[in-house]
Amino acid sequence: MLAPLSWLKEFVDIDCTPEELEKKLFDCGFEVEEVKKYGDKLDRVVTCKILSIRQHPNAERLRVCEVDAGKYGVLQIVTNAKNVKEGDIVPVAVDGATLATGDRIYNGNLRGEPSYGMFCGGEEIGIDDNFYYGASEDGVLVFRENFPLGEEVVDLLGLKDYVFDISVLANRPDCQSVLGIAREIACALGKPLKEPDYGFTAKADKSDEKITVTVSDKELCPRYIAHLVKDVKIERSPVWMTRRLALCGINAINNIVDITNYVLLELGQPMHAFDLKTLEDYSIEVRRAKDGEKIVTLDEKELTLGKDNLVICDGKKPVALAGIMGGLNSEIESDTKAVLFECAKFKRDNVRRSSRTLGKSSDSSKRFEKGVDEYTTERASYRALNLIERLDAGRVTAVRVDVSAGKPQENREVRTTFKKINGVLGISVPKDVIVGILEKLNFSVTVDGDNITTVAPPYREDVEGYPDLAEEVIRMYGYEHIKPTLLKKARTTSGGYSKEQKNELKVKNTLVKAGYSEVMTYSFYSKKDIAALGLKGGEEEGNVIVIENPISDNYEVMRRTLVPSLLEVVSRNLKRGNAEGRIFEIARTYAKKGETVDDFPIEHRHLCMAAFGGEEDFFTVKGAIETLSENFGLKFNLGVRAEKTYLHPGVSAKIILGGEEIGAFGQVTYETAGAYDIEQKVYVAELDYEKLSAAFGAPFRFEPLPRYPEIKRDLALVADANLTCGEIEEVIRSSVKNNVKQVELFDVYTGEQVGEGKKSMAFTVTFVAAEDKPITQEDVDGFVKRILGALKFRLGVSLR
Amino acid sequence: MEEKIQEIKGQIVSELEKARTSKELFELKAKYVLGKAGIIPGLMKELGKAAKEDRPKLGQIINSLKEWASDYFARKEAEINEMEKNIRYKEETVDITMPAKKREQGTLHPVTIVKSELVDIFAGMGFKVLETQEIEDDFHNFTALNTPEEHPARDKQDTFYINDSFMLRTHTSPGQIRTLTTMKPPFKVLIPGRVYRADDDATHSPMFHQMEGLVIDKDITMCDLQGMLDELVRKMFSKEAKTRFRPSFFPFTEPSVEVDVSCFECGGKGCKLCKGTGWIEILGGGIVNRKVLENCGVSPDKYTGFAFGLGIDRIAMLKNGINNIHILYENDLRALKQFKD
Repeated sequence: MLAPLSWLKEFVDIDCTPEELEKKLFDCGFEVEEVKKYGDKLDRVVTCKILSIRQHPNAERLRVCEVDAGKYGVLQIVTNAKNVKEGDIVPVAVDGATLATGDRIYNGNLRGEPSYGMFCGGEEIGIDDNFYYGASEDGVLVFRENFPLGEEVVDLLGLKDYVFDISVLANRPDCQSVLGIAREIACALGKPLKEPDYGFTAKADKSDEKITVTVSDKELCPRYIAHLVKDVKIERSPVWMTRRLALCGINAINNIVDITNYVLLELGQPMHAFDLKTLEDYSIEVRRAKDGEKIVTLDEKELTLGKDNLVICDGKKPVALAGIMGGLNSEIESDTKAVLFECAKFKRDNVRRSSRTLGKSSDSSKRFEKGVDEYTTERASYRALNLIERLDAGRVTAVRVDVSAGKPQENREVRTTFKKINGVLGISVPKDVIVGILEKLNFSVTVDGDNITTVAPPYREDVEGYPDLAEEVIRMYGYEHIKPTLLKKARTTSGGYSKEQKNELKVKNTLVKAGYSEVMTYSFYSKKDIAALGLKGGEEEGNVIVIENPISDNYEVMRRTLVPSLLEVVSRNLKRGNAEGRIFEIARTYAKKGETVDDFPIEHRHLCMAAFGGEEDFFTVKGAIETLSENFGLKFNLGVRAEKTYLHPGVSAKIILGGEEIGAFGQVTYETAGAYDIEQKVYVAELDYEKLSAAFGAPFRFEPLPRYPEIKRDLALVADANLTCGEIEEVIRSSVKNNVKQVELFDVYTGEQVGEGKKSMAFTVTFVAAEDKPITQEDVDGFVKRILGALKFRLGVSLR
Repeated sequence: MEEKIQEIKGQIVSELEKARTSKELFELKAKYVLGKAGIIPGLMKELGKAAKEDRPKLGQIINSLKEWASDYFARKEAEINEMEKNIRYKEETVDITMPAKKREQGTLHPVTIVKSELVDIFAGMGFKVLETQEIEDDFHNFTALNTPEEHPARDKQDTFYINDSFMLRTHTSPGQIRTLTTMKPPFKVLIPGRVYRADDDATHSPMFHQMEGLVIDKDITMCDLQGMLDELVRKMFSKEAKTRFRPSFFPFTEPSVEVDVSCFECGGKGCKLCKGTGWIEILGGGIVNRKVLENCGVSPDKYTGFAFGLGIDRIAMLKNGINNIHILYENDLRALKQFKD
């Protein structure tokens, strides 16, 4: 929201600096995002009168002028301008001048003739027709006024200004205007507000047309005021008006259109002007568009409308898209003689939705989206008519139609106590201060002891209760008055992470120690990611929740598995030259309860890990998984092959906990990895974290240290190549039940020395005492004999 | 005999002086002094052959030779040990500027680190941590939070919808409703988690993290809110840090404030980080709107409270000097590995 200082000064006597004003606005809730300075650079560009002009002796295109520059004396100026003549008063940049562009001008010499300055055009002064009519022309700017000589142009034209770009909070649509901001400034500075002039005199004529207005949808258009102005003379608006419009970024068009824009900026009420002669039957109907109905807007674009778009129609056709843009068919033309002003309130969310769906936005729609109040709607119509008279742009007729939804405007009343207001703040703002602030904000206030009753001004539809009053008070009184306290009246509560939450951190830290770095990836991905998994159909990974309005196909489905997300991360790292890495994430997956989402979905956390490059293989990942289980006193069965379409059938395993499969891990298939441009082996593990964490917290019991030394024996065995380590270990353990503590594979060898179809496997077996007496080497000899017997008998495995 | 002894002495000296290693020394020791085969012990055998009257004197001479030899060997041994020790240390000397060998650990994600820090700070003040659902319905995400039907936040433009009834939460504030409808006041909770908005550029990610704080009790004031947030910034940023309130607007708090922290980079003098203002915006908050309490069946005349919401990502970025939010979600290991606890 832009507000020029000069305009604000029309309503408030601002006697502080622009910097101080910025601070005042900030403190009461209006952040100034930028202050644009106008005319701040222009210096020593002054008026002068051309006394004589002669041809430059050495240059055909140059002329040498003698000028009277007042206190700067009579100067010789060399110019290439053709549009100046003797007697003209023009701007001249004298020695040491700064132009609007920031360029400096010094005395010089052009082809042998000294020049003590430079004539300026609009561009050098930084202005166009909106600031001084004629300034948009090429060449030197020739003033029409008989300005005194040697005076700064910036002062004579009133070019110095500050335009505040203010961000207005969503609950203050009443401040989306110069007047609205001025009201706040008046309160902050403790100055009276000078309202704009709303006065006009309607002059009726028998010939004035009768206008009919019908509002078919009063919900979307609670108020519609139409007023007829006749005997219109379409002209340029005066510079005081075009200048203000320009400072606020609006181009001048003609007096009628400029008046609507001026009112929009000044009061925050969008208006529209129809050329009466284009309105069929002189009638207006506000209704929802028919599906497929078309309109060509002022910017000459054809739009196809639907029933959610509100349109203004004449007797036959749409003539405007309500609150957004007028139709080309009813545009004000240079020959327009009668104008019907529209000043209405349109429901803000309807304007917003239409604006978004049609991709059409305007200063008008932006104001309506924030909300306008009917009090201002009415006043704005008066202000426009006042300006018609002021600009002598036409005759204000008595033809006025005001259609209201019928709900009278109510000023919000709040009955409360000073205690409640101060109770919100936690400090004691004196009663008279509270009353003073509210009165300055145009609330009417009645006090009875501790009771206070306030009636908000009509444009303050946001004030509903004492907390709102507390906010009004503190933002004007100053938040620096708040004295920080630490919940002095609150009850003590115990806080912190729950056991479960602490465990999650412990899991993360365990993985971090194992070399895995935590990643965070989006909860959604593409349908392509699911395709990459090569699912057969029916797997849960594919049964996903789809986002209705994704911003891109890449973020379209809520994930059931984290594997694609982590593969994406692996791929990105490889592409960026990170040759190896270990990553993990604990994040939610989202499962619908039925076919469609008509209940809250189930949000279950998964733990996913990925490892690539370096020494990584199936067993390093297995190691990390075991480390995790050991840290929580759990025992996983990792000895059953997994059946995941995206895991290598020979290099993957289920993760089984207490007989239940809670996940899988292994090498990603070449096909799935290929979908992420990964050309090397990559390993992943994914576990249902909810099931994992449910098993945490088994009570820990200290295991007494063995009383007698353990005895280790190495066994080098020859087995069929297809026997697994697990099978051999199982036989070793079961053949000597209570005395085997640990079986560790330390070497595997295949080759000529063991023969075709065979492999050699070397184990270290640790034996412990099962009873309360030490075991001897002789005992162990016996165990080994039993083990070897069982291996031979059950698996055909022999000692090497 | 004496001549022989002198000869042996001479031999020992000449041979021992040549010895350079403890192995050579040991060999000479074996040759001269050790066991039965040693030359000096051998002399004792010869003693038996000598005349009886000569024996005491000879014995004395041999003994003194023994003592001399033992001293001499001991001295020499110490010398060689010292020498060998020095050689060994010299030989084993490494280039200490060569790269270190490390068993590389992973790192926690910066968002996790900041979240834990925040939780630790608030845990001490009695806040429990709640993680509520991410897929919400209209009631929890908007209606109960006093966000009217016509509020722009409800636009499909900004919110990811699953269907007309369900959406990805756009903030952690629905956690307030979840808490207010299930827990009995008084309580203090933190609700951290993922939130989603349809926005994707250098400063916006379609998914990011927020943390909601909610205190419900009796007679809670703006002073309490600032006191708690002062505590937060002192622990999070620096001992000297303080907060500044400025008026703002959220449908679910009234009054609402935007909270700035004094710039921890320049201490408030004004720098690039705080864009010369001395303050950095870190969160929003306010007194819980009475309507929110009513919507959750909590009597606003009996209980009051404050709520605040902050962007965990934003704090992580501010603390770590990250200027693009996507650094947090690209998961480039070169970036992630920089974040230590």
